[in-house]
Amino acid sequence: MEMVNITIDGQKLQVPEGITVLEAARTAGIKIPTLCYLKEINKIGACRVCLVEVERARGLQASCVYPVAEGIVVRTNTPAIREARKAVVELILSNHPMECLTCERNTNCELQALAKQFGITDIRFQGENTEFPKDTSSPAIVRNPDKCVLCRRCVSVCNQIQGVGVLGTTERGFKSIVAPPFEHLLSEVDCVYCGQCVNVCPVGALTEKDDTQLVWDAINDPDKYVVVQTAPAVRAALGEEFGYPVGTSVTGKMAAALRRLGFDKVFDTDFTADLTILEEGNELLARVKEGGKLPLITSCSPGWVKFCEHNYPEFLENLSTAKSPQQMFGALAKTYYAQKIGVDPAKIFSVSIMPCTAKKFERQRPELRDSGFADVDAVLTTRELAKMIKVAGMDFAALPEEKFDEPMGISTGAALLFGATGGVMEAALRTVYEVVTGKTLQDLDFVAVRGLEGVKEASVDLPPLGTVKVAVAHGLANARKLLNKVKAGEADYQFIEIMACPGGCVGGGGQPLVSGPERMALEKDYRALRAKAIYAEDAGMPLRKSHENPAVQALYEEYLVKPLGEKSHHLLHTHYTARPKYQILAPKE
Amino acid sequence: MGCACQCGSGQKEDKFEFIDRVIERYKGQEGSMIPILHSIQQKLGYLPEDVQAYIAEKMEVPLSEIYGIVSFYTLFSTQPKGKHKISVCMGTACYVRGAGLILDELEKELGIRVGETTKDGSFTLEACRCLGACGLAPVLTVDGRVHGRLTVDEVDQVIAEYKDKE
Repeated sequence: MEMVNITIDGQKLQVPEGITVLEAARTAGIKIPTLCYLKEINKIGACRVCLVEVERARGLQASCVYPVAEGIVVRTNTPAIREARKAVVELILSNHPMECLTCERNTNCELQALAKQFGITDIRFQGENTEFPKDTSSPAIVRNPDKCVLCRRCVSVCNQIQGVGVLGTTERGFKSIVAPPFEHLLSEVDCVYCGQCVNVCPVGALTEKDDTQLVWDAINDPDKYVVVQTAPAVRAALGEEFGYPVGTSVTGKMAAALRRLGFDKVFDTDFTADLTILEEGNELLARVKEGGKLPLITSCSPGWVKFCEHNYPEFLENLSTAKSPQQMFGALAKTYYAQKIGVDPAKIFSVSIMPCTAKKFERQRPELRDSGFADVDAVLTTRELAKMIKVAGMDFAALPEEKFDEPMGISTGAALLFGATGGVMEAALRTVYEVVTGKTLQDLDFVAVRGLEGVKEASVDLPPLGTVKVAVAHGLANARKLLNKVKAGEADYQFIEIMACPGGCVGGGGQPLVSGPERMALEKDYRALRAKAIYAEDAGMPLRKSHENPAVQALYEEYLVKPLGEKSHHLLHTHYTARPKYQILAPKE
Repeated sequence: MGCACQCGSGQKEDKFEFIDRVIERYKGQEGSMIPILHSIQQKLGYLPEDVQAYIAEKMEVPLSEIYGIVSFYTLFSTQPKGKHKISVCMGTACYVRGAGLILDELEKELGIRVGETTKDGSFTLEACRCLGACGLAPVLTVDGRVHGRLTVDEVDQVIAEYKDKE
């Protein structure tokens, strides 16, 4: 790599050519403030908060887009710079609703943090404020354009990372907002509710739909029997809300907290993740043996499923008919479990804690009511669970380590892997290998499908069946690449895992927020750190293969009989619907 | 009849076939979105949602991107235009000589807001940047013809002049 010599605030540095002044300053321990900049996602110099002085350059420069060059001399802290940065933030604030105390992002807002950092105590600029309607139409995401600072991070993530492209910048000047085309509501466009836009919003313009009250009401209702399930990725990130470093597993404390919140039973989505492996693994084998539609594609990620329905209806038959672990859990809680404990299923209120905003939409799908009721009654994100724990006044760090309740809290390490990209694939391979070959798998770690590379491939020998080719994609733009390859006949995979969110569920749209400055400060991608916590927990589990889960074995013996059997078909499998990408071009009924 | 939108109307078939032809003409050219939108607007008069969505599908770009361009440039319109286009100059000279009052009067007389078209389709009212005729301020143009040194009282005469004109 070519190196160049530069000077920043008097420090002489050698830095690689091609990086920006902002990045170079970081290596010298200088934290230039940012707002619109987001590592690897948004680098457009729109907000002007990162202004610096470059000798011989005209005016102040946005350091996030200013490339280093041999001999440049940069100053990041002069009276002119401090004044300019402050004025930039003041101008943004002059058209910002001053509702900090009642804002979802209070104390967790990047604009608020800048106002504090720059010592802004009054707003010099007063003028008209824009007023746009709030969009509460979707079950998952709330848009509040009045709070938008037009940083375009959400636009970048929606278009470049997710390849969905429902958010764009419309109009110009004062009338400009970030919105779906023709100012449609989110529920009227092909939004997949992945929530990546919520994850990158620096302010309160994009948030999840808050369902915590629904859950408090159920807990406080003496007639309701409230069960809760938690997805594998939640435990790998919840701790961040309570000051733990990124990548700390808090499984035991989370179970303790849920019990103290008043849930009647604290169960685990991992139980039905194991079950998913048995249903989906057998579905794969059946399709391979009987010449069914291949490649089989996973269906656990509701953002991906909706994306497929809108953009790739030709692949709907490839989707596994297995419901997601959340929905399998819901269906079983109100049938198998209700029967087992002798409680009227009408009285069961089933809550799930998910790293995901799209799960809020999934729960409302009309086809997912096979128990005779809504299989899942409320979905909370990891962030919403943290809010409940905080409002309940718990000292999270002081909580004891507790276990999940039986039987739907029993799980294996394989189920945990569902939380990271490649995990469903790895869990499936552990089981499919042993089922097909009849041998014990020696090395359980399929490292080829781990990690943050956008599209991963592997081949696995499964004698006597032969070699199985698999692929894994995470982030929907990567999914698009992979599917286009399959569509063009350039790949012959038998099994594909797709997760809507980059990094898989650990990077889900409902996970604790990692701000722009934090992303720059972490030595590794936050999703890789969370995944590491998951892999470590898996390695320490006594059981690491889904088919060895004794509670799942008992479920088949007592109730379901066999994978893909009649009961499974009724309760654990579903179907999909092609949806138009653009409503206006849809054929009229 | 092989209509792209399956709506069964012959007129729409023409519209989408025309769009296909325009897109084909610019195939493989970088930065062709604005000329494509321009050509289509010239033919159809405006760029409604179905037209933009169709272009988005054909060119495999998100509709939000096209709508962003169309809503950014005043040249593009998502609404059909009237028979006569009134543009009121809001440049500095015209503004200080009362262009704002002229615009208010036009809105009142025509019963529409800036950017809108009258129900009968006869007038579209627009505000524009400096026309370079500051000596005649305040100025407006109707279908490109300049009317200068206007007073609020003269506005209804200007409207009347074009009202029944083809």
